[in-house]
Amino acid sequence: MDLATAIILTVVTASTPLLLAALGELVVERSGVLNLGVEGMMVMGAACGFAAAFTTGSPSVGILAAMAAGMAMAALFAGLVLGLVANQVACGLALTILGLGLSGLIGQGFVGQKLEPMAKIAIPLLSGIPVLGPVLFRQDPFVYTSFALVGFAAWFLSATRAGLILRAIGDNHASAHALGHDVLMVRFLAVLFGGACAGLAGGYLSLVYTPFWVTGMSAGRGWIALALVVFASWRPGRVLFGAYFFGAMSIGQLHLQALRGVLPDFLVLPGQFWSALPYAATIVVLVAISRARGRGGAAPAMLGTVFAPDR
Amino acid sequence: MLRIVLERRAEPSLVMSILSPLLAVCLTLAASAVLFLALGKDPLKAMHAYFVAPLIDPWSLQELIVKATPLVMIGVGLSFCYLSNNWNIGAEGQYVMGGIFGGWAALLFHQSGSPLGVPAVMAMGAAGGMLLALVPAVLKVRLGTNEILTSLMLVYIAELLLDYLVRGPWRDPRALNFPQSVTFDVGIPILVEGSRIHVGAALAVVAAIGGFLVLRGTLKGFEVRVLGQAPRAAAFAGFSPARTTLLVFALSGALAGLAGALEVVGTMNQLRPTISPGYGFAAIIVAFLGRLNPIGVIVAGLLLALSYLGGENAQIMMKIPLNATRVLQGLLLFFVLACDLLILYRIRIRPWSRAGQG
Repeated sequence: MDLATAIILTVVTASTPLLLAALGELVVERSGVLNLGVEGMMVMGAACGFAAAFTTGSPSVGILAAMAAGMAMAALFAGLVLGLVANQVACGLALTILGLGLSGLIGQGFVGQKLEPMAKIAIPLLSGIPVLGPVLFRQDPFVYTSFALVGFAAWFLSATRAGLILRAIGDNHASAHALGHDVLMVRFLAVLFGGACAGLAGGYLSLVYTPFWVTGMSAGRGWIALALVVFASWRPGRVLFGAYFFGAMSIGQLHLQALRGVLPDFLVLPGQFWSALPYAATIVVLVAISRARGRGGAAPAMLGTVFAPDR
Repeated sequence: MLRIVLERRAEPSLVMSILSPLLAVCLTLAASAVLFLALGKDPLKAMHAYFVAPLIDPWSLQELIVKATPLVMIGVGLSFCYLSNNWNIGAEGQYVMGGIFGGWAALLFHQSGSPLGVPAVMAMGAAGGMLLALVPAVLKVRLGTNEILTSLMLVYIAELLLDYLVRGPWRDPRALNFPQSVTFDVGIPILVEGSRIHVGAALAVVAAIGGFLVLRGTLKGFEVRVLGQAPRAAAFAGFSPARTTLLVFALSGALAGLAGALEVVGTMNQLRPTISPGYGFAAIIVAFLGRLNPIGVIVAGLLLALSYLGGENAQIMMKIPLNATRVLQGLLLFFVLACDLLILYRIRIRPWSRAGQG
C-alpha cells in the first residue's frame, strides 16, 4: 500500500464519525427539532460501546450498545422538548454536559484497556482495484453503514411519503397537525434516529478509530457535525461532501505538523495552530454559507420552535 | 383510566416561577442519592460529603465564595443574552480569553509595583472577553451566521491559544519545563483578610444588582426582554435587534473576561494550560437555574459552586469520581428546564376519553 492510499484511508476514518453523526442530526433538524446534544450522545456511544465490547468480547454487541446509549440519551432529550415543551437549545446543552459526565463515570473502569481493531470486510473483486479498492471496499461495517445511510436519508427524505410528512412537520407543524399527522410522534422517531446515529459515531471512535476509551474522546466532533448540517444546507449528499472535507482537513493538519523541518520556515507554526484549524475552518465555512444564502435560507422553518398541540 | 393533560395558564404563575427552581434542586438531590448508590457508595454519607460538609467548614465557606464569583459574573451576562434570544454558549472561551488578556497585563506590570496594574488587569480581561464575544455577535448581525456554533468553536480556539502561550512565549524559564507562567505580583485586592476572596466577589454582586436594575428599570432592559419574548412587538416598537445583540454579547463577554482575568491573576496567580473547571459551561446552568434573573443568579451561582466544592470533597473523602459532579450539573439543568413547564402550564389529571383527545 503506497503512502497516498494510506493517507486517504486515514481521511476515511476521520470523516466517518462526522458523517454518521451529521446525517442523524440532519434528519432530526428536518423534522423541526434542534438537538444540540450530539456531542453528549456521541461520547455516551463511545463509552457504552467500548464497555460493552470489552466486557462481552464482541464488537457487534459494542455497536448495538453504542446505538442504544445514543438512543437513550435522545429519548431523554425528546421527553423534555417534546413532552414537556422545554427549550431545545438549553436541553441540548444539558444533554452534552450530562453525557460528558456520565460517559466519564461509565468509562473510568476501562481507561488504559485496548480492543482488537475491528476486522475489515473486503468486498470480493472490487477491493482489488488499486487505491479505490482498499479505500472504499475493504472497510469496517461503520464505513459501509455511513455510505448506505447517505443514500437512505436522501431517498427517505425526497422519495417517500414518510419523508414528505417529516419535512412538512419541519416546515409547518401547525398545518401538518391540522392534516392529522402526529407531529410529536414523528419528531420523537426522528430524534431517536439522530441518537442512534450519534451513538454509532461514538462507537466508531472507541471501537475502530483509537480503539480505546479516553474521557471526552469525542473532542468537539459532535459540534462539528452540527456545523456540517448547516454547511450542507440540510441535504444528505452535501453532508457527505462536508464530512470528507473536514476529515481531510483534520488529517491534513496532522501531516503538516509532521512535516516540520521539511517545509519552508513560514509554514512552521506551533502545533496548537494546526489543532485549532478545524474549529476556525468551521467558523469560516459557516460564514461563507450564510453569505451565500442570506438570512434563514434553507433551514427548516420550524427549526427549534416548540409545538404544544391543544390537548 | 386517567390521563395527564397540560393546560396553558392564562398568565405565567408567579408562585411557580419561584417554586420550580427549588423543585428542580430537590429532584437533583434525589437523583444524586440514586447516583451515589449506583456508584456503590453510601448515599447518605456521600450526600453529606457533597452538600453539607462544605457548608459547615469555615475554610470551604470561603472557597464557596471564591468559586461562586466567576459563576455569578458570567451567569449575569448570559442572562442578558438568553433573555434576548442570543445563544452565547461560548462563555468558557470568553473566560479563557479574559484570563489570557488579564495575564498579559499582569506580565506587562510584573515587578513594576505600579498601582495601575490592578485596573489594567481588569480592563484588559474584560476587553479580551468582549473581543471574543463580539466575533459571533458581529457575524450574526452582519451575515446571519448561527451564533451558537461560532461562539462554541471559539472556545476551542481560545483554549489552544492559551495552551500555546503557556508552553511557548509566556512560559516561566525557571519553572523546570512546567507549562506555566511566572507567579504574578500585581496583587488583586483581597476582601477578607487571610482568605482568597478577592475584590471580584464584590464586583460579581455589583454586576448582579446592576443587571437587575437595568433589566427592570431601564428602557434598554425592557428592549432586551421584549426581543426575547415578542420579537415582532419589538420590531413594531422600533427596537433594533442588531444593536441589542451586539450589546448583550459585549456585556456577557466582558463579564466572562473579567471573571477569567480575576481568577488567573487574583486566585491562581499564574497562567496554566487549564484555567477553568468548566465555569463557562456551568454558568449556563447558573443562568437558567437563576431564572435569567440576576438576583436569582447569585443564589444559583452559590449552589453550583457548592457542587464543585462538594465534588472535590467527595472525591477526597469517599473516592467519588469528579465526573459525578458533571452528571449532577447536567441533571440539574434538565430538571430546571422540565420544571419550567409548571410556570406556563397547569398539569391536570382527567379521566380518559376519546373525545377529549382531539
